[in-house]
Amino acid sequence: MADIEFAAPRSVREAVKILAGAKGKAKVLAGGTDLLVQLRAGMVRPGLIVDIKQIPELSTIKKGKKGFEIGAAVPGAVLGANKAVLKAWPGVIEGLELIGSTQIQGRASLGGNLCNGSPAADSIPGMIAADATCKIVGPKGTRSSKVEDIVTGPGKTSLKKDEFVVSITLPERPKKSGDAYLRFIPRTEMDIAVVGAGVSLTLDKKGVCTHARVALGAVAPKPLLVKDGAKALIGTTVDAAALDALAAAASAACNPIDDKRGTIEYRTKVAGVLARRAAVIALERARA
Amino acid sequence: MGNEEELNRIIDYSGRDYKHIGTRPVRPDGVDKVTGRANFGADFDMNGMLHGRMVRSPHAHAKIKSINVAKALKLEGVKAVVTGKDFPAIDPSDKIVGEVVVSFYDMSRNVIARDKVYYDGHAVAAVAATSPQIAERAAALIEVEYEVLKPVMNLAEAMKKNAPVLHKGMTTEGVEPAPKKSSNIAKRAQFALGDVEAGFKKAEVIVEGDYSTQTVHQGYIETHACVVSLAADGMATVWSSSQGQFMVRAMCAKLCGMDNSKIKAIPAEIGGGFGGKTVVYLEPVAMMLAKQSGKPVKMVMSRDEVMRATGPTSGGHARCKLGALNDGTLVAGELEMEYEAGAFPGSPVGLGCMTGFAPYNMTDILCTGWDVVVNRPKAAAYRAPGAPVAAFAVESAMDELALKLGMDPLQLRIKNAAIEGTQAPYGVKFGRIGNLENLRAAEEHPHMSVPLGPNQGRGIASGFWFNIGGTSSAEVMINEDGTVIVVTGNPDIGGSRASMALMAAEVLGVDVSRIKPLVADTESVAFSALTGGSRVTFATGKAVIEAAEDAVKDMKRRAAKMWDVELDQVEWENGCAVCIETDKHKPLSIADIAKKSDRTGGAISGKANINAQGAGPAFGTHICDVEIDPETGFVTVLRYTAIQDVGKAIHPSYVEGQMQGGAAQGIGWALNEEYVYSDEGQLLNTGFLDYRVPVCSDLPMINTVVVEVPNPGHPYGVRGVGEVPIVPPLAAVANAVSRAAGVRMGHLPISPPKLLASIDEAK
Repeated sequence: MADIEFAAPRSVREAVKILAGAKGKAKVLAGGTDLLVQLRAGMVRPGLIVDIKQIPELSTIKKGKKGFEIGAAVPGAVLGANKAVLKAWPGVIEGLELIGSTQIQGRASLGGNLCNGSPAADSIPGMIAADATCKIVGPKGTRSSKVEDIVTGPGKTSLKKDEFVVSITLPERPKKSGDAYLRFIPRTEMDIAVVGAGVSLTLDKKGVCTHARVALGAVAPKPLLVKDGAKALIGTTVDAAALDALAAAASAACNPIDDKRGTIEYRTKVAGVLARRAAVIALERARA
Repeated sequence: MGNEEELNRIIDYSGRDYKHIGTRPVRPDGVDKVTGRANFGADFDMNGMLHGRMVRSPHAHAKIKSINVAKALKLEGVKAVVTGKDFPAIDPSDKIVGEVVVSFYDMSRNVIARDKVYYDGHAVAAVAATSPQIAERAAALIEVEYEVLKPVMNLAEAMKKNAPVLHKGMTTEGVEPAPKKSSNIAKRAQFALGDVEAGFKKAEVIVEGDYSTQTVHQGYIETHACVVSLAADGMATVWSSSQGQFMVRAMCAKLCGMDNSKIKAIPAEIGGGFGGKTVVYLEPVAMMLAKQSGKPVKMVMSRDEVMRATGPTSGGHARCKLGALNDGTLVAGELEMEYEAGAFPGSPVGLGCMTGFAPYNMTDILCTGWDVVVNRPKAAAYRAPGAPVAAFAVESAMDELALKLGMDPLQLRIKNAAIEGTQAPYGVKFGRIGNLENLRAAEEHPHMSVPLGPNQGRGIASGFWFNIGGTSSAEVMINEDGTVIVVTGNPDIGGSRASMALMAAEVLGVDVSRIKPLVADTESVAFSALTGGSRVTFATGKAVIEAAEDAVKDMKRRAAKMWDVELDQVEWENGCAVCIETDKHKPLSIADIAKKSDRTGGAISGKANINAQGAGPAFGTHICDVEIDPETGFVTVLRYTAIQDVGKAIHPSYVEGQMQGGAAQGIGWALNEEYVYSDEGQLLNTGFLDYRVPVCSDLPMINTVVVEVPNPGHPYGVRGVGEVPIVPPLAAVANAVSRAAGVRMGHLPISPPKLLASIDEAK
């Protein structure tokens, strides 16, 4: 392993400066639960690592007018203990909490999971379903982006090499809404999603679905927003026919690969199954 | 076997009242292991030590055209580079022929390749440098030129007529007339009883099925690791984690061209082996690096290296045919199997043939096994080598037979159970065995009456393993304060220190807390065969008992001297010498005798060097309940009960632990574990993330029922327990899933995609 420079800036501005000045390949470290594994496996060989979790803003949860603004490096253990966020967006939290073990939860974060760029990331479908946005900084200032626009392919993101995500905003939650995330793995823990499905929906007084977002993980080169899945639910009471249509739309949206974790056929079929099951849970939560 | 008298000895175990064995004291090595004080293979360091690193082949099958080490040697900090050329030539005829052939010629080529590489991860060269980082850089500078050949990755490909041949000149043994053409089929093994054709003619019901299992790894947590120091006078010391320090010594001597007396092998604590540490990989290479550099060399494998180049056990393919009468009586059985040997011949297919039908009383059977080489790592022993695959086929076929007969699968097994006097498939007549007792215990177990819900199924399967005895040595040393050291030569892989201490305690009549069991190096105890074959508690335990009896004999002699009475007037009771002639002498404790030992002839010890005969064969029956998710193919193991005749449980907690561990590994084998290779033969799942051994939450509490039918070949009735429990689970799980899904799952692992596809196909 060659020498690596390490920086732990204390402000966003300082971090931006360090990243902009990096000569070789730089990697941003939030919790490090992916980066350290990749380093050890020799998959990445950066010249510089910038640890952003020392920056106060990156480790803070704020409740504002637009919803919850969650620092990109807030660990799963902290976010999961936040009752307000958990009440509003249980599906997002359950996705985040599926990452790794109890020990890993002390470090793993929404920002890190997003920027690692894995198509199978457990927290991303929930965030996409929640219509989350992220705040990104770079030398040119601050910009905002929808979560579904961040990952562009396996290990690839739309972030420029001198940019990083500061926070993720989960919008204000309308009444009679619910969300859920389910993943399939061949065992019960300590695994990577073969398929992931996140669903968020809102009902009116009569129980008709007025708004829905459906997202899938691990079934395409990047996490997918499945618009046809949402269409299948909106305007229905989320009855059996709507759920069938949702499952069909989810399967149709898949563009998976055959690999050591699952086959094309399997992923396509199970995506429909999980989307349906996630919708049923989201519906129960919306009705509660 | 020999010693007829010993084998035929009938011991009456009834009404025995043991004081120590059968209790559950804290294990002597427990505190060190839970506090991290225990030294495992990678925990040892020396001054001036170098770090070794292996260069491994990225190809599954290739000729080595050249290896250029010049650049690596020029790197500052690099002190040695070795390749296959640095190792002594070994004659191809140099082998130990048994049920599984041990060829030193092949072993040497497996440790480091010569002219060809046979699997992804095959070692081709090694470097030693002043730091692990430099060693890693140097390894990358070694240039190996390969001529890549087409790999042969599975049995079907390897057995094709025009398949690429791994070993030119290798022809199929055991076939008449002897073939002349080179083949990937190394051997045919055959075991037969009676007349199988005549048996099938009698059959009123016949079932026939096709079964397969995948390559699986033992999955020990501790990776292979060693430190080797070689002094200028040619005396070497090896610290390593293995299942036998004497095995390490012998194999290093053989592969490095040294005398045994020049090598001292010191056993480290072992973090799991399951048979996989009964061979060497790193030690001979570290030895040659130490020789070239003049410095101690440490080598530690990564998990990736362990998965690519060590273990595994054979994947197998089997066809099993059973014939029965309408009342369920088995009348014929035929089993034909092919096992992957990996890169070099020597799969345990013969052992599979010998064990598959062993739980049943069958007079007409034919078992044929084919040993087939493929471009995967050379198979190593794994708990009851060869038996799980055969049992999977036979026990699945038994389940099919039960379904076809409309008979309860447990009653079918009870009806046909092998008992004392039944002729085993491998020729011997069973002595006292506990097979039927296990099945009766299953029948009575509350597990059997738990009602099953929708999508749930219950599977039953039995299994058999021979167990072995063999050469073991022990010394029992009495300290001057009356405490006791028990020295043996077997690494403690499953709680054997606790068992040795308990057996010594029983003989000596002292509390186990006063006994310290010790695993000694190759120069501090006489030769002992390695820890394997479920032999240690039986054979080494027997040596410990005899050594303790020897010490008692000596202490009685000392007491007689102290009292000035005849030796026959002294008896040993409750840890004391007692004078039966007169009551004027107060009993003498071990401490009393030890305190005065200088006046009665010096220090006291007892020893025994034995070749233990009469290992008791063992059987197990497992019950498994599963629930399947018919939409995803996910299998949840709901309930699991392992029942086993253990002869006598010396430390019941570790006996139960062995049964639970075997079941857990078998469940992983059945449901998820497999090697995934690329089309070119590169192993893709080299870590525990994608090589899925079960995690805690995947398993229910594994209930155990310890059945005790004493083995007449052991003073306390001990049978080996470590291997049997991995034999039944593959079929127990598969039978449960097959019944839940309504479709036979004959091909392991029953991973979710495979189960879902089978369910959908059956619709």
